[in-house]
Amino acid sequence: MLEPLNPAFVVGGGLLIGGAAALLLLLTGRIAGVSGMFATVVRIADAGPPWKLAAAFVVGLPIGAAVTSILVRKPNIEVTSSVPLLIAAGLLVGFGTRLGNGCTSGHGVCGIGRLSPRSIAATVTFMAAAVATVFVARHVLGA
Amino acid sequence: MRAIVPASLAGVIFGAGLALSDMVNPARVIGFLDIAGTWDPTLALVMGAAVVASAIGFAFSRRLRAPLFGKSFFIPENRRLDSQLIGGAALFGIGWGLVGFCPGPAIAGLIYGIWQPWLFVAAMTAGMVLQRVVSAPRKAKADA
Repeated sequence: MLEPLNPAFVVGGGLLIGGAAALLLLLTGRIAGVSGMFATVVRIADAGPPWKLAAAFVVGLPIGAAVTSILVRKPNIEVTSSVPLLIAAGLLVGFGTRLGNGCTSGHGVCGIGRLSPRSIAATVTFMAAAVATVFVARHVLGA
Repeated sequence: MRAIVPASLAGVIFGAGLALSDMVNPARVIGFLDIAGTWDPTLALVMGAAVVASAIGFAFSRRLRAPLFGKSFFIPENRRLDSQLIGGAALFGIGWGLVGFCPGPAIAGLIYGIWQPWLFVAAMTAGMVLQRVVSAPRKAKADA
């Protein structure tokens, strides 16, 4: 297991994520769903926010990460997954989030925050699928 | 387009939250998903705090007629559970569990100077295009 993170970063980070979603809603009226915003940016969404709004939000994500690296902490990221695994995972995440209309942000953070039955069902489903996948990969196949 | 500045601000804060809470680190995410290993509760705590903050925002939005920089709130009204929602969420969950990237952290992670988030985001884009191509004929039929 990784070193436990400073609890202030854990709670503070969560509040920033949810606070950003609240801010986007109250200021622009839009749900902070990253998969939907990204689909709008790459112009494959049939509905959704105006392109400029989505692009502004999506481009903000890496900028926010960069600002955090400079001012607070630089995450020590090591991705050990192979190229085929990264491609397979990306394809599944892209396909699944469009088919299911959302990901961890739109269904998880925003949907549960407004008690949407669809989002609660989706979050339970993707959490269960992810837990099962990790279990099979780590403890059955032993990767 | 008065909403661009607020949207950028929200994106920057969102990305900062993902980085601060280490959600940009796939190993941290896998640690949470690996309930049979040494379980890492970080993601649950981050998500809990995030949901509380977003719930306050949604509760407050019900008192407003319109957002500050927009004409109306765009909140999904569909409450029907269907096979597309559940099937899509299941596929997403499998992909998420394979490497520990979901869309937000992968996009935020593009600045870390490593190539893996770039490959993942490229594949994710391809997956989105594929879904659109696959669903287009069915949708056209439904519209007709």
